[in-house]
Amino acid sequence: MIPMDWILGLIGGLMIGSAAAIYLLVSGRIMGASGILGGLVDLSSPSLEKAVFVAGLVAAPLAYGMIWGFPQTNLTADTSLLIIAGLFVGIGTRMANGCTSGHGVCGISRFSVRGITATVTFLFFGALAMYVLRHVLGVI
Amino acid sequence: MRLVIALISGALFGLGLTVSGMTNTAKVQGWLDFFGAWDPTLAFVLGGAILPMLVAWRIAERRKVAVLGSPIPAKPDPVLDRNLIVGSAFFGVGWALVGLCPGPAIAVLGYGGGNALLFFFAMLIGMAGYRWVPLMLRGAPA
Repeated sequence: MIPMDWILGLIGGLMIGSAAAIYLLVSGRIMGASGILGGLVDLSSPSLEKAVFVAGLVAAPLAYGMIWGFPQTNLTADTSLLIIAGLFVGIGTRMANGCTSGHGVCGISRFSVRGITATVTFLFFGALAMYVLRHVLGVI
Repeated sequence: MRLVIALISGALFGLGLTVSGMTNTAKVQGWLDFFGAWDPTLAFVLGGAILPMLVAWRIAERRKVAVLGSPIPAKPDPVLDRNLIVGSAFFGVGWALVGLCPGPAIAVLGYGGGNALLFFFAMLIGMAGYRWVPLMLRGAPA
């Protein structure tokens, strides 16, 4: 028996990939969350198109939750952890010019050397940090 | 039309992230926890997302131009620079700390409460200020 979570993961993944495919084939854009948001906040390439994308990305889960109930986030309440992690994710994804969606989804599917390298690197350091912080130091 | 497509893509991306469990930080942290109670769900999400894009890239690279007239973005040269590696390393550590990457961090804004907002704003500050980091690491004159 395949766990329900895996099936939902696959269905949700297909939706994510379809969203990226529409954005690419119709608009000619790479669907990368950090690039879209980063282009807006550092004013390097702000556009109404990016703002509307972000609005849809916020509104759809909200509507979903109001109809079918909000999923659990299990977000930590540790303020300093949230701030440090947010800074790391913001700095890192802009430095590397991509995150899980841009490098992971769009890059791997194009067999892009940079995308694959970035994905392997952030997975490796994510797993390493998880091992050290959870199993050695016990802080998360 | 561009705005309609951006809205549809953004909304579908958000729904996919919600349905797949990527806004549940415990599942994402579980995926990174290879030496603990490993949760393989994210592999299904990433695999599921790559499938439609494999097809899309084949079409895009043959047509060279998108439906609305924009050129398909050129494939970046396979050059690995320090920023790609160092940046991805930073991102990986931040991802493990809380279990949110940029897409889910935006998708969760509507229902993640104050903690989600705090993470989001810290991420925005990081995104806006990342250019100064190499300068700071090099050290300001004493």
